[in-house]
Amino acid sequence: MSTNVQARRPEEAEAAAQLPIVDDDPVTQRFRVHRSAMTSLEVHRAEVERIFAKSWLYVGHESEIPEPGDFVRRPVGGRPVFMVRGVKTGNVNVFHNTCTHRGALVCRQESGNSKVFQCFYHAWTFDSEGRLKGVPDRDAYAGGVNFDELGLKRVARVESYRGFVFASFDPDIDDLPSYLAGAKDYIDLVVDGCGGSVEIVRGTNQYSFAANWKLLVENSFDGYHAESTHDTYFKYLVSIGTDLRGGVSGRAIDLGNGHAVIEYSSPWGRPVAKWEPLFGADARTEIDRLRADLVARHGEQRAHAMAEVNRNLLIYPNLIINDIMAVTVRTLYPPAPDTVDVTAWALAPNNELASLRHRRLDSFLTFLGPGGFATPDDVEALESCQQGFASGGVEWNDISRGMGRVPMANDEEQMRVFWRRWQHQMGTAADRAGVQ
Amino acid sequence: MTAVAPRQQAFLRQQVEEFLYAEAALLDAWALDDWLLLFDRDAKYEVPCNDAPDGDPAHDLMLIDDNYVRLTARVTRLNSRRAHREYPHSRTNHQVFNVSVQDASHDVISVTASFTVWRFRAGRSSCYVGRYRYRLRRNDGGFRIALKRAELDMTDLRSVADVAIIL
Repeated sequence: MSTNVQARRPEEAEAAAQLPIVDDDPVTQRFRVHRSAMTSLEVHRAEVERIFAKSWLYVGHESEIPEPGDFVRRPVGGRPVFMVRGVKTGNVNVFHNTCTHRGALVCRQESGNSKVFQCFYHAWTFDSEGRLKGVPDRDAYAGGVNFDELGLKRVARVESYRGFVFASFDPDIDDLPSYLAGAKDYIDLVVDGCGGSVEIVRGTNQYSFAANWKLLVENSFDGYHAESTHDTYFKYLVSIGTDLRGGVSGRAIDLGNGHAVIEYSSPWGRPVAKWEPLFGADARTEIDRLRADLVARHGEQRAHAMAEVNRNLLIYPNLIINDIMAVTVRTLYPPAPDTVDVTAWALAPNNELASLRHRRLDSFLTFLGPGGFATPDDVEALESCQQGFASGGVEWNDISRGMGRVPMANDEEQMRVFWRRWQHQMGTAADRAGVQ
Repeated sequence: MTAVAPRQQAFLRQQVEEFLYAEAALLDAWALDDWLLLFDRDAKYEVPCNDAPDGDPAHDLMLIDDNYVRLTARVTRLNSRRAHREYPHSRTNHQVFNVSVQDASHDVISVTASFTVWRFRAGRSSCYVGRYRYRLRRNDGGFRIALKRAELDMTDLRSVADVAIIL
């Protein structure tokens, strides 16, 4: 590695790269990404500092912790944190999962309900609002320790939008609604389409594979790959009676701040609220009712967008919400340049008819799940790309599809939106003169 | 265990073990069409999520929840050249042990067993560890599978990436 990270001064962080990794040329309609973006350890380290420490990152959904004292723990941006609903305030608290005494994890179960969190090492005890409540043999301490200041450390910023809880390690970041920009409306479409009240379904997909995380960002809203990569999945859909002749057509939209979406017509059924024969006659009545309810509440145009239109949404940098034949909420994190940790959940309306819930989960696991008929082939494709990069000889990935026209859903404008923001946030750290 | 003498019990377990070994051999040989013949038409093949091993496909997200139609589609897919994750196929080694007949008092007998499934492909290895739960129907002196359920002991799929093979 030839990059000299130490030589960069902090004030250079905002400066533009002279030789940017993202080569965006609107005049010649060329858009290329230098492959070092996916392979360089320096780029990876800079991403941790400049992107994951400086963005709003999805923590979890409020429905995961409905009752006071309910908690879940998980890594966010690679750091162990836990989210707990305060017993006293009812607020969603997100704490660094580390004892203020010597550092051990204070929350060591994946989920549960507790009024207190006790570090087992020296038995310091904190309540669900983070206050330090118990220190064994407290009298042994002299005046130099202020126990009032040794409550659990909150993550610098925590805000939620429509039940989606985000945190940021950057105390100076924009408020969440400003940050989400145009993505808010698409979260609204998902949540309002579900009748305004959603929940995370029990059962989590946690898998990792040997590819750079940004390849999965691209793949999560790549309409162009579907036919070639997922031939076996579409054959399966046809074999069970789904009529794919309607095809997919739609557009890509820049939602600001690096967020983007593709929205497109749905050849397959959607549990909210597009019936297909596969759903069975009984479900038709319920789907008709759901759709009529959406029209009554939101008008025909918006109801159509909720019921019959798919959307693959990126909330920059690493949250995917794909509202297709089921809804997935998926986060990505790179523990290394060539590894991505994926955590994915199914989101569904509260009080969903049992048969529709079952169909939704069927569709989720068959297309979106790591045991299904599509995701393993995406994993293979992205690992294959990463292996191909190691061959060298070719320096650039082409991301220019659709630059000469109004971007369609199977074009790549949504990826360009991501990459432009990525380049801006990385600044000189994404300068290929300094990266190998 | 109800009304089965110890000797019969041992004999039954031996029969079950031989059946499960034969099933494992079919999977390792990628003889998936023959493997599918072991299943009844109303059979299920289930793999719950790692964090919900007791998952119920009616209301919990599963990794795999195949009825016979989808199981057939899985076999068709894996036999094709377009299941990219499994073309070319992995080498696998399905190991079955700690076999225990839980209930043989009905036509359908309940069996649990431990498994390790090793998967090797393109220089990489991965290992799935867990417990099988079978419901087997007696059939012409042998068995047919009514349910095969593979509950994983790994806390997540980070070490294996996916469940593209059949466990």
